[in-house]
Formats: sequence, structure tokens, C-alpha cells
Amino acid sequence: MKIDLTVNGQAASGEVEARTLLVDFLREQLRLTGTHVGCDTSQCGACVVMVDGKSVKSCTMLAAMAGGCDVTTIEGLANGAELHPMQQAFMDNHGLQCGFCTPGMVMSGLDIVNRHGRELDAATVRRELNGNICRCTGYQNIVKSIREGARAMGD
Amino acid sequence: MYSFSYHRPASVAEASDLIANAADGKLVAGGQTLLPTMKHRLASPSDVIDLGAIAELGGIVVNGNIVTIGAMTSHAEVAASGEVQEAIPALAALAGNIGDPAVRNRGTIGGSIANNDPAADYPAAIIALGATVRTNRREIAGEDFFTGMFETALEEDEIIVAVDFPRPEAAAYMKFENPASRYAMVGVFVARTGGGARAAVTGATDCAHRAYRMEEALAKDFSPTALADFEAPVDRMNADIHASAEYRAHLVRVMAQRAVAACA
Repeated sequence: MKIDLTVNGQAASGEVEARTLLVDFLREQLRLTGTHVGCDTSQCGACVVMVDGKSVKSCTMLAAMAGGCDVTTIEGLANGAELHPMQQAFMDNHGLQCGFCTPGMVMSGLDIVNRHGRELDAATVRRELNGNICRCTGYQNIVKSIREGARAMGD
Repeated sequence: MYSFSYHRPASVAEASDLIANAADGKLVAGGQTLLPTMKHRLASPSDVIDLGAIAELGGIVVNGNIVTIGAMTSHAEVAASGEVQEAIPALAALAGNIGDPAVRNRGTIGGSIANNDPAADYPAAIIALGATVRTNRREIAGEDFFTGMFETALEEDEIIVAVDFPRPEAAAYMKFENPASRYAMVGVFVARTGGGARAAVTGATDCAHRAYRMEEALAKDFSPTALADFEAPVDRMNADIHASAEYRAHLVRVMAQRAVAACA
């Protein structure tokens, strides 16, 4: 079946099977491999993308369900060579170790800002990150990065 | 996951036709349980009928003392709804504590109750608040809706349209959550209503259920101390690697007392 959607501001379309997951469509067909598959069981959050402005686990959504939707992946955040403030904050604060969970952490961080604003306390960030797992257990700097990235988004 | 045919109807009538004519059809709401189940090949429907494009299934409306939540309303929408927070704050809080934020953006009230996971949160609220489940055919009283483990009163091709919640005088939900899945190991929803004290328990047994003995104790005295001697039946409790039957029975009393205390 054919699907048409918007990905990172650009029209995208593709021929998919009904059972194709959104994350597989993004990675295999659009070659947007920044979105990761960690667990494939909706636990880890490495596959989080924005669909119509809301964070979703793209391993637990069919590509067909995203037909007509506006999808943003980690690749859609930077402005050319200039990183998005949330990405920059992860870089500045060593908010990643192996980096595998990072795309999902950054997208979930943006979702937290959307819902809770730019002044975030650590407890809020930790609670809201309960669907994102960092196997390196680098949460201290991830929380720090999201708080700083949130503040920097207003600059 | 095995292959299937995907349908995206624009109305309940169209969805009803599709499910009635499918060899082995499944309705999908947010897909947060069905898709993982299909990935594990524990379900292999011939047809998946996506309710996501049916506008008439969404939305939250407060009319007098009734809060109506459309079947396709996401947990995140219920949690963030000013109307629900004002009318039944315990329900908004319950929705805001299901799964994680990304799951709450996709998962829906209709999908949750149609699936009737024994450890799901919404069934306890629907039973304790005396809600009514409206389908494309009829109205089903909340306490008659959940009939067994993953079983409901729904016919094979019946579609939930909305749930009507009467506004309680006070209500609270307390769950002891599994820290990994955030499903309820035990959850207790209590409500003080015009019709008396009501209580429902989820996570503890094979299916969420009304807790009549708890209600009797609370009818005399709606306070945590009224439940000090309450004993949940150990022989009916679930037991698994997360908690023994004895531990769950203990949690039923503790969660109930905390919920009653939170109503004050």
C-alpha cells in the first residue's frame, strides 16, 4: 500500500506493507537511521519520534497509521550545521555515553518542554523520562542536558 | 508480525461493516497492546481496522454531572483535560500515570477497556465510578462490562463509542505499580457518590472487580480506619514473580486505605 506523509518538513511517500512499522519505514526506506530500535517492545524509547507534535514510540505504530501525519525525527532538528539547542545541550553536558538512546532522549526532552515549559526541575524530567531507558545508566547528565536544553530553547 | 489487510474507515458505520465482514478482524485504537501482541505472533488477525481517523470517537464533553470521554481519547488528553481535572481529578490523575508519556500519547480509553488487561488502570475507575460504556449498539453498565481475564461483554464486532462517567463527590485511585511496566500490581479506586461508597480493585485477580465488602465497611465509616481489618481473599489473588498472593492481598488493603485517605 502507498502512504503519503510529511517527514521533517518535506513530503515523503513510500510503498509499504500493512505490517511495516513506522520506525522501519523511516530507517529502511527513507534511510533516516538516526531513530533507533533498542527493544522493539515499546519499553526503551530509543525510537521516539514526533507525530503531529506528540512523542510516540515509532516501533509501536504502523507506518500506515502515520499516513497524512507530520513526523519529525532527530534528523529534522538541526538547522544545517547548527545543532538544535537540545542537541547542543547534550553535547555540552556529556549527555550521552554510547549514544544509542540519545535520539529518543532528545525527542522526549522536546516533548517534556512542550508540556511543561522551559523551567524544568530534575524531578519532573526524571518522571517524564520513565519511558526512555539508558543502558549506560547515564541519567545524571541526560537530566542535566534536558534542563539546560529547555532553558536554551528560549534564547 | 504476520501480514494482514489494513483499513482506515472514516466513520463508525464503515468500521462496523469492515469488522463484520472480515474473516478474523481486529479493531485497533492506539495499538499499544495489539501491536506488541502481533509482533509476538500471539495475535494474527486477517484484517486490522484502524479507528484513528474516526472523528466522532474523540473528544471530552461535560454535560451537567456526566463526563463523556470518546473511545479514541488518548490517556494524555484525559490527563491534560481541564474539564476532567475539575470534575473527576482522580480520573485525570489515573490517566496521567498509565505507561509512559509516549504510550499515553497513543493509548486510548476505548482500547484499554476493550482489551481488559487484568492489571489495567481504567477498569477500576469505570467500575468504581459507576460509569456506562456506550457502544454502537447499546449501553453497558461499567460493572457488567469486564467479564474475565481479557474478556468483556462486547460482541465480536461491537465498537465502543464513549464512556459516560458520573461526577462523584470525591474519588481517588491508588496503585502499587510494577516499576518496569507501570501496570498495577494492585490498584484500588474508591469513590464517595450520592449512591454511597463504591470501590473497585484491579491487578489483584483475573479481572478488575467491584469490592462489595470494602464498600460495606466504607458505608458505615468512610475512613481509612474502617478498612483496618479488611482482608482480601488470598485464594483469589494473582501470584507471579512480582508478588505473591499474600502480598497482593496485603496491598489491596493498603492501597484502599490510602485511596480513602486521599478522598478527604
